[in-house]
Amino acid sequence: MLRRSFLAALAATALAAGATPAAAQETVKIGLIIPLTGPFTTTGKQLEAAAKLYMEQNGTTVAGKKIELIVRDDAGRAENTARIAGELIQNDKVSFLAGFGLTPLAMATAPIATNSKVPMVVMMAGTSIITERSPYIVRTSFTLGQSAVIIADWAAQNKIKKVVTLVTDYAPGHDAEKSFVDQFKSKGGEIVESLRVPIQNPDFAPFLQRVIDAKPDALYVFTPSGVGAILMKQFVERGLDKSGIRLIGPGDITDDDVLPGFGDAAVGVVTAHNYSTDHPSAKNKEYVAAFRKANAGMRPNFASVGGYDGIHLIYEALKKTGGKTDGDALLAAMKGLKWESPRGPISIDPETRDIVQTIYIRRVEKKNGELYNVEFASFPDVKDPVKAAKK
Amino acid sequence: MLTILFDGIAYGMLLFVISCGLAVTLGLMNFVNLAHGAFAMLGGYCAYVLVNLYGVPFFASLPVAFMFAAMIGLLAERTLYVHFYNRSHLEQVLFTIGLVFMTSAAVDYFLGSQQRFINLPSYLQGRFDFFGIGIGKYRLLIILVCALILIVLQLILGYTRFGSRLRAAVDDQRVARGLGINVNWVFALTFAVGCGLAGLGGALGAEILSLEPHFPLKFMIYFLIVVSVGGTSSITGPFLASILLGIGDVAGKYYAPRYGGFVIYTIMIVVLVLRPQGLFARGTSK
Amino acid sequence: MSSLDTAKDASNVMTRKRSWHWLEYAFWLAAAASVFLLPSQHALLTQIAIWSLFALSLDLLLGYAGIVSLGHAAYFGFGAYVAALFAINFTGEPVTGLLVAGVAAGLLGLVTSLLVLRGTDLTRLMVTLGIALVMYEIANQMSWLTGGADGLTGMPVNPVLGFFPIYFRQANSYAYVLVVLFVLFVVAKRIVHSPFGYSLRAIKGNPLRASSIGIPNNPRLIAVYTIAAAYAGIAGALLAQTTPVVSLTYIDFQRSADVLLMLIIGGTGYLYGGIIGSALFLVAQKFIGNITPQYWEFWIGFALVVIALFARDRGLFSIVERIAAWRKRGAKP
Repeated sequence: MLRRSFLAALAATALAAGATPAAAQETVKIGLIIPLTGPFTTTGKQLEAAAKLYMEQNGTTVAGKKIELIVRDDAGRAENTARIAGELIQNDKVSFLAGFGLTPLAMATAPIATNSKVPMVVMMAGTSIITERSPYIVRTSFTLGQSAVIIADWAAQNKIKKVVTLVTDYAPGHDAEKSFVDQFKSKGGEIVESLRVPIQNPDFAPFLQRVIDAKPDALYVFTPSGVGAILMKQFVERGLDKSGIRLIGPGDITDDDVLPGFGDAAVGVVTAHNYSTDHPSAKNKEYVAAFRKANAGMRPNFASVGGYDGIHLIYEALKKTGGKTDGDALLAAMKGLKWESPRGPISIDPETRDIVQTIYIRRVEKKNGELYNVEFASFPDVKDPVKAAKK
Repeated sequence: MLTILFDGIAYGMLLFVISCGLAVTLGLMNFVNLAHGAFAMLGGYCAYVLVNLYGVPFFASLPVAFMFAAMIGLLAERTLYVHFYNRSHLEQVLFTIGLVFMTSAAVDYFLGSQQRFINLPSYLQGRFDFFGIGIGKYRLLIILVCALILIVLQLILGYTRFGSRLRAAVDDQRVARGLGINVNWVFALTFAVGCGLAGLGGALGAEILSLEPHFPLKFMIYFLIVVSVGGTSSITGPFLASILLGIGDVAGKYYAPRYGGFVIYTIMIVVLVLRPQGLFARGTSK
Repeated sequence: MSSLDTAKDASNVMTRKRSWHWLEYAFWLAAAASVFLLPSQHALLTQIAIWSLFALSLDLLLGYAGIVSLGHAAYFGFGAYVAALFAINFTGEPVTGLLVAGVAAGLLGLVTSLLVLRGTDLTRLMVTLGIALVMYEIANQMSWLTGGADGLTGMPVNPVLGFFPIYFRQANSYAYVLVVLFVLFVVAKRIVHSPFGYSLRAIKGNPLRASSIGIPNNPRLIAVYTIAAAYAGIAGALLAQTTPVVSLTYIDFQRSADVLLMLIIGGTGYLYGGIIGSALFLVAQKFIGNITPQYWEFWIGFALVVIALFARDRGLFSIVERIAAWRKRGAKP
C-alpha cells in the first residue's frame, strides 16, 4: 500500500510539474512567502492584503507581461521558508521572492536568492544585517534602528533626561535597546536601568513595578507587535501615566492594526515610525479607504506599506527592464528608485539596497472615537543607522 | 513588596479558574484534554463579541461567557469526547490537538487574527492605594470572583448530592454505576462546568493575557503546569499550585528579570522530580 | 496482556522474526527511486526524511520504552546548534558534524534522563516539556552564541566525506539525508530486536514484573533515552546542514508537539510509524497549504480528529488496516 500511495503522489506531482513551464512564457510570477499561521499571522495577513490591493489597483499587466502572485504560508519557520523559496524558483519558476515576516526567515532565504539570482524583496523583517546577506535583497519595510535612533533624538531634544528601557528579551529587542541606548547616551541622556522581558511573558506587572521604583522621566519600550498592548494597559493600570513617566518607543508598540483595542490607556504614547494609518496625505487617505474596503474594515499598518511598496518596486523594476526578468537587470533597476508611498516619499538606497524614508514622531490620540498615531514631527531621509555607522 | 504579592495572587487566581476544569478532566476523569484552553478562548471571544461589538455591559457578559463555553463543552463531550474516555492517552492527545487546530483556525476565520481586548468599564480601570499597597481594581475583581468560585466549588463537591456522586463516580466507576448513579451524565455535567469555568476565566483574563487565535496553545503549558504541580486529586492542590506559580512567576521576574523566564519551569521540574504525583497529592493514587 | 506480549516477544526472538518483510524492501526501494524520479519534490522529501528520523527517535522512547515526551525538540535543537557551531568553528564536513551532534545530544539526554525515570505519563510529559522550555530560554538568552531569535547563519557545508557535495545540490542533499535515515533505521531495528529492545518492552508492559525477572529498569531506560536523544540530535544536525539558518524554532514547543503528532498518526512501536506519519503530515500540510494558505490548520485539525475517531475501527484508511494486519503478523509492540 505504501507503493500505491507513493505512485499516486508521483503521478500527481508529475502532472503538476508538467503544467507549469508552458504557462511560464507570458507570465511573471511573484512568490509571496509569509507567515499566515502561527503567532505571526497578523503580519502575514497585512502583507498579503496590501500586495493584492496594489495589484488590484494597478492591474496585472506590466510591460506586456501578466503578473501572477503565488501566496505561500511558512508558519514563521525558517526551514519552511527556505524550502518553499527553493520550490517556487525550481518548480513554479518565479521571478521574484517577496514577503519574509521575520529575520531568520529572510536569512534562511538569502543564500537561495544569491544562488539563483532571483530578486528578493524583504517586506517586513527589520534587522539591519539582512540586506548584506545577498546582493539580490532589497528591503521595502524599515530597519529597527531607524525608529529607535530617531526616538532617542527626539527624547533628548524634549527634556527627557532619565530613561528606563524595557525590551523583549530576543535579538530584535537587544538591537532596539542598543540602538536607543547608544544614541541617547551620545546626546547626553542617562539610562537608569535596562530591563529585558522574557518572550513567553503574559504579565508585565513585575517589570513595571521596577520601573515605578526607578522613577525615570520616560520608559522606552520595544516589544513584538501585539504584546505592546498588554504592557500599555498595565502601564496605565499601575498609574505610571499619572506619575509623570512618559511612554516612548519605536512604532511597533502602537501597531495601527491593534491600536483600536488598546482603550484609552494608549493615549499620549509617543513613538517614532515610518507609517501611520493617520498619515495626512491624499495618497494615504485613498490607500486606507481602499484597504479597509477590501478587508472588512481592517486597518493597514506598517507591515502593509512594506507589502504595498514591495509590489510597486517589482512593477517599476519590470517597467524599466521592459519585462525582462534577469535578476541582475532587475536589481539594477530597483537601486535608487524613488516614489511617493502612502507613508510619504521613500527611495531605495543604491548602495545598501535598503530603504530610505521619513521617520515620523507620533502621539496616540483619539479621533472620531478611534485611536490613531497622529504625526507631529518628522525626520526626513533616514537611512539605516547601523549601516551608516559602519562607514 | 506587598504589591508584588498582590499581583502574584491575582495572576495565580486567574490561572486557577482557567485550569481547574482541566484538573477535573485530567485528574478525576483521567482524560488528557489539551483542548482545554480552546474553551477558555471561546469564552473570552464570546465576551469580546458581546461587549465590544454589541455593547453588552461587562458584568453581564461574564455569565454568558460561562454558559457559552459550558454549552459548547457539553455538546463536544456528548458528541466527541465520549468516544475517547477509554482510549489511550496518545489518541486523546491526537484528538484534542486536532480540536485546538480547528478552533484556532475557525476563530481566525470569523474574528481575525489580531489581538483582542475587552473594553472594560472605566470604574474597573486604574488602581488605589491601600495602606501603601498599590491595588489594581481589576486585579482585585479577579481575586474576588475567583475566591467566590473556589468557595462554591468546594461547597458543591463537599456538601451536595452531585458532589458525592461525582466523588463516587471517580473513585470507582463500576460500583457507582451499580449504585444507580448515572456516571455518564455526572461526567458530562462536570466536564461542562469545567469548560464553563475556563470560559469565564478566559473572559476575565482577556485583559491580562489578551485574546488571539493561538491562545489555547500559548497558555496550554501554563495550565498543564498548574495541574501537574498541584496534583490532580483535589481542588485545593491546583489552587495552591496556581497561587504558588503566580507569586513565583511575578516575584521571579521582579527580583531577577534576566532569569524570569526560567523560574516557572524550574520550579515545575524540581517539584515533579521530587514529587511525581504533584506537590499536594494525597499519597499515591492510581 | 503485557506478560503475554513479553512471551510472544521472546518467541519472536527465537524464531528470528526480525527478518525483513517484502513491503519494507519495497518501501526503501521506492525511497531510493524518489531520488531520481521526483526532482521537483526533493526539498519536501528532504524535510520528510529529517522529520522521519526525528519521529523514529521518539518512537524508540514512546513505542518501545513507553516514555511519553513533549519536549523532544530539546535534543533536536541542541544537536542542530552543536552541528552549526562545530561547523563554523572546526570543520564543515557533514558526517563529522552529525557524529559530534549525536554525541553531544546523547550526553544531554544521559544527564536529563535522570529526571524522567519516575512518575506517571503526565509527570513525564511535563518534565520533558520543562526541559525543552528551559533549553529554549537558554538558546534565546545566549544570543551572542546562538544568534537568538535572529537565527544562526554562516554555517559552512563541505562535501560529505570530502567528495560528495551537498551544498545547493538538492538531489545530493536528499540522497545524503536518506542514507543517514536508512543507516540509523537499520541500527534502530537491530536495537529493538535485540535482547535490550525486548527488555525495554518488558519494562513498558509492566515495570514491576520486569524488575522481578532481573531486568535493571533504570539503567535500561537511561540507555534508551540517551540513544533517542542522540538520534534526535542527529536529525537536528541534518536539518541544520540542509537549511541555511538555525533558529529558535528548531527547539520550540511546536516542534516537540508536531513530532509527537506525526508519530501518533503513523502509529508507535513498529519503527515505520514516524516515517509514515511525517510523510502524511507534511504532504497534507503542503498541499492543503497551497490551496488555503491561511486556514490549512483547520483541515489538518479536522483530519486529526477524524483519524483519532476512526483509528480504532481501522475503517478509514486501508493504510491503517493493512499496517494493523501486518503488525499482527510481524513484530507486535
